[in-house]
Amino acid sequence: MEFPDDCKYTKDHEWVRIEGDKVIVGITEFAQSELGDLVFVDLPAVGKTVATHGTLCVVESTKAASDVYCPVAGTVSERNDALADDPGLINRTPYSDGWIVKLSGVAEAELAGLMSAEDYKKLVGK
Amino acid sequence: MLAEKMNDDVVKSAVQARTGFGASEFPHRHIGPNADEVRAMIATLGKKTLEEVINDVIPASVRRAKPLMLSRFPVALSEYEALERLKGVASKNTIARSFLGMGYYDCITPPVIQRNILENPGWYTQYTPYQAEIAQGRLEALLNYQTMVMDLTGMQIANASLLDEGTAAAEAMAMSIAVTTKAKGESTVHEYLVSDSVHPQTLAVVATRAEALGVKVTVTSPSEFQFSADTVGCLVQYPDTFGEIGELSELCAKAHETGVLVCVATDLLALAVLTPPGKQGADIVVGSAQRFGVPMGFGGPHAAFFATRDEYKRSMPGRLIGVSKDSSGRPALRLSLQTREQHIRREKATSNICTAQVLLAVMASMYAVYNGPKGVRKIAERVHSLTSAFASLCRKGGLKVSNTAFFDTVVVEIGPKKAQAIADASEAQGILLRVVSDSQVGVSFDEAKGLDDLLAVATALGLKTTRDECHTAVAGAQSFIPAALKREVDYLQHPVFNRYHSETEFLRYVRKLESRDLSLGFSMIPLGSCTMKLNATSEMLPVTWPEFGALHPFAPARHRAGYEEMFIDLERSLCEITGFDGCSLQPNAGSQGEYAGLVVIRAYHLSRNDYKRTICLIPKSAHGTNPASAVMAGMEVVTVACDAQGNVDLVDLEAKAEAHRDTLAALMVTYPSTHGVFEEGIKKACEIIHSRGGQVYMDGANLNALVGLSAPGEFGADVCHINLHKTFCIPHGGGGPGMGPICCAKHLTPFLPNHPVVDIGHKNGVGPISAAPWGSASILPISWMYMAMMGGDGLTEATKIAILSANYIAHELEKDYPVLYRGSAGLVAHECILNLNALKTEAGVEVEDVAKRLMDYGFHAPTVSWPVAGTLMVEPTESESKAELDRFITALKMIREEVGKIVNGEFDKINNPLKQSPHTPAVVVSDTWDRPYSRELAAFPAPWTKENKFWPAVGRIDGVYGDRNLFCSCDALST
Repeated sequence: MEFPDDCKYTKDHEWVRIEGDKVIVGITEFAQSELGDLVFVDLPAVGKTVATHGTLCVVESTKAASDVYCPVAGTVSERNDALADDPGLINRTPYSDGWIVKLSGVAEAELAGLMSAEDYKKLVGK
Repeated sequence: MLAEKMNDDVVKSAVQARTGFGASEFPHRHIGPNADEVRAMIATLGKKTLEEVINDVIPASVRRAKPLMLSRFPVALSEYEALERLKGVASKNTIARSFLGMGYYDCITPPVIQRNILENPGWYTQYTPYQAEIAQGRLEALLNYQTMVMDLTGMQIANASLLDEGTAAAEAMAMSIAVTTKAKGESTVHEYLVSDSVHPQTLAVVATRAEALGVKVTVTSPSEFQFSADTVGCLVQYPDTFGEIGELSELCAKAHETGVLVCVATDLLALAVLTPPGKQGADIVVGSAQRFGVPMGFGGPHAAFFATRDEYKRSMPGRLIGVSKDSSGRPALRLSLQTREQHIRREKATSNICTAQVLLAVMASMYAVYNGPKGVRKIAERVHSLTSAFASLCRKGGLKVSNTAFFDTVVVEIGPKKAQAIADASEAQGILLRVVSDSQVGVSFDEAKGLDDLLAVATALGLKTTRDECHTAVAGAQSFIPAALKREVDYLQHPVFNRYHSETEFLRYVRKLESRDLSLGFSMIPLGSCTMKLNATSEMLPVTWPEFGALHPFAPARHRAGYEEMFIDLERSLCEITGFDGCSLQPNAGSQGEYAGLVVIRAYHLSRNDYKRTICLIPKSAHGTNPASAVMAGMEVVTVACDAQGNVDLVDLEAKAEAHRDTLAALMVTYPSTHGVFEEGIKKACEIIHSRGGQVYMDGANLNALVGLSAPGEFGADVCHINLHKTFCIPHGGGGPGMGPICCAKHLTPFLPNHPVVDIGHKNGVGPISAAPWGSASILPISWMYMAMMGGDGLTEATKIAILSANYIAHELEKDYPVLYRGSAGLVAHECILNLNALKTEAGVEVEDVAKRLMDYGFHAPTVSWPVAGTLMVEPTESESKAELDRFITALKMIREEVGKIVNGEFDKINNPLKQSPHTPAVVVSDTWDRPYSRELAAFPAPWTKENKFWPAVGRIDGVYGDRNLFCSCDALST
């Protein structure tokens, strides 16, 4: 199971990665393995403002619907529309093609509260 | 008067039972294990008597004070006696010719459908098609239903039935709120606009729901609808309750300008000749499919439909059938998008619907298969011709007809203050007219009406006419459907609706589908929490008696004397069984019972000016329907933890009750618990809630473990629902019909549901929960028969055997599959949860693999991964013999051995009989069999399968493919 070092993690199994002035958000490999094959991602509208720990979107497998919480407050500046046709991207490549949104306007201080790859790895016991 | 007369009957029956035929032997027919088998099972458990087993299972503190005696059924009747007595009761109903309309129409049930579906255990005994591989028959019939509804309404997607037109309209309102809130953002005020020309019961059911949700309902003419920023949706009816057909396009365009969703309540038969709402811009289309071959049944059961735009499919309530593929790549049907549903979404669900009206949806779809597009159109045209002839006869005779455009219903002006007198006089001649106002009567025609009926109703209105003149009027009838609204789009073009019109072909189609479904006619269906007990034939017979089937729910009070007598018998008995004071037979599913009970609690608090009580405590172990119902009743859910033994954590309960002591509305609790245990702390839990001003709602899903032994009214609950389709023998119908009456303590009785059309008391009640005053009245004879033939003693004995059988299974299987939760004496209640998580770590075998492998052994799986992931919940009921229990136990033990062979390497980890199950005949006899295990092991793993084999119609279904590629109509099946 992968835990890329260039990402930061939450205890709710989301990851974030900084890309210029944007923050990319997705769910971890552990999260997708627990959920099973995803069949639908209810993507948020671009421009939506989300608070820290606010509901960013819902991902669905055949048996579960799970909220994805926003690791840091920000505004959705871009979303991964490829997930509409192929939600399995999250299962196959959770840290790259399976990204969910990019956030803008994220305060740097917020990122400090997130977990390192090492700590997250310990959390999920892998 | 009525009561005295009935007591006579009771006494008479009792005397007859004693002197005529001796004690009823029905309990021995209903209860599976015989005396020897019972003794053997008791001995296996290491106990001496059945009483000892029961005493160890049920805490003394919750036992009934006195043995159960049913005052209406003091002596159990034999099957023959019970049928005789019920026939006498039924004969007190009056069957008249109904022209009442209002959503209920006489129709012709094709006899081939009546006998081979409605009266056939191969169709009525199944559960909801969660195990899709052995449910392909009814899944196909339901796909036909969806296709039929989509075609006729002109919508893109339709579900596989809702409970009735009123609740479908209420669901549409809830969905409109969800959809518009998402688009427009949260708003504090919601307004819902309803046309003043929808059926009164539809409006009232919507209003009950709106009140709880804090939605303001504004009733006006659709032309006066004012769409504001707060408006979330609107409801109109097409044709409306007075028969008038109004064009919809303009209204839809205007509504869409402000982002408002338009719901159209409609009639499938009218749509055979009218431009469908979907073509005019409707967003949601609802209605009842009753007149497609389902008897009126004094209000139900019938299937309602719900259709919408593709973009709203994920917000749609109810079960949805979709086409996926199986392990061989062949098309296969399954329940799709289950993540919409309450059992997954819990308090985030917008609907609590689960059991719907599958059997009736199957009947309606088969009516369309049987009649085909031409036949359906012909029926619709004939109904319109009769109506149009009637209108011209009225006009010719000097009576004003209010309608300009109509299909099957007109309103006739008959002069000030004359309406009631005319209706009464007509009733004396066996003709029922709707009193619309003091100067107007409504007249609705239907498929079952002919020239004689036209003549009769015309004469009843004082018109001087003859049969010949009626004949001429029908022959020369003009159309009163505006040219712009005449249907031009085809419907029912799929081959399935055009292939089976000879009875021979049709019968074979019905039998083909039936053979794909595993029913109780083949083997036990040990679904936990579902109580799949015997549905005795004698219980089923009265359902199709015309004395029960042919009554309109709004027929005059004196026409329903037989029904009322039966209702009193049932209400009294249910109150005696639960230890409560009041009963409402209106909720037509368990989910509706939950919702009804909670709105009753809400009304009680409000009546005491206790406005702040909105918190509903629900244990984590509760069924998902509970939190969904609580939200529908305007409550906010607070979850209570469970302890390691699976019991409600009383410390957490008390802490949360205390934290919300000023706002606590209710606790919803299932007893015995969903974990299959009689919790010792239930009385304490009730006290904790009561001492802080809350009420206790008991979910009656597990009532089969209580009847005769423990009464919720005695241990502290205030209200509970009763699944008559679990505990009281109404068959599950493959996913409905059900009935979910509620019983409650005296302080709540005044708030029980009432009805806007029929006076059923409860003036200060919460309003109607269902469209019909007594819900699905025509299936109540099933429960009546069961109680009459079992009596208090028989019912109590059934409960004890249900508990004994569950403990026998738990005992026999515990070495192979640990039992997850037990009571303090080490025993379970009426069901047990088997933990299969070890199989996954040992052999990579999922609980689903075991469920599918059971199909190869000829069994339907128990409940899978509920209430705990990785488990099977087994509920054998009292109706299965020890021989059948042993066969099931053997099957599970053999499967455990197969798992062992994966562990020791004898079987491949993937290419083994579990992972590859179920095995279809096509796979087993294929020339390309290349698996490392034998064909014989695949298909005939146990000795009995060689003698009596149920073949799954399809292999393992790919659920992910189905949800990623959603197809919900027949077009997706190869023709």
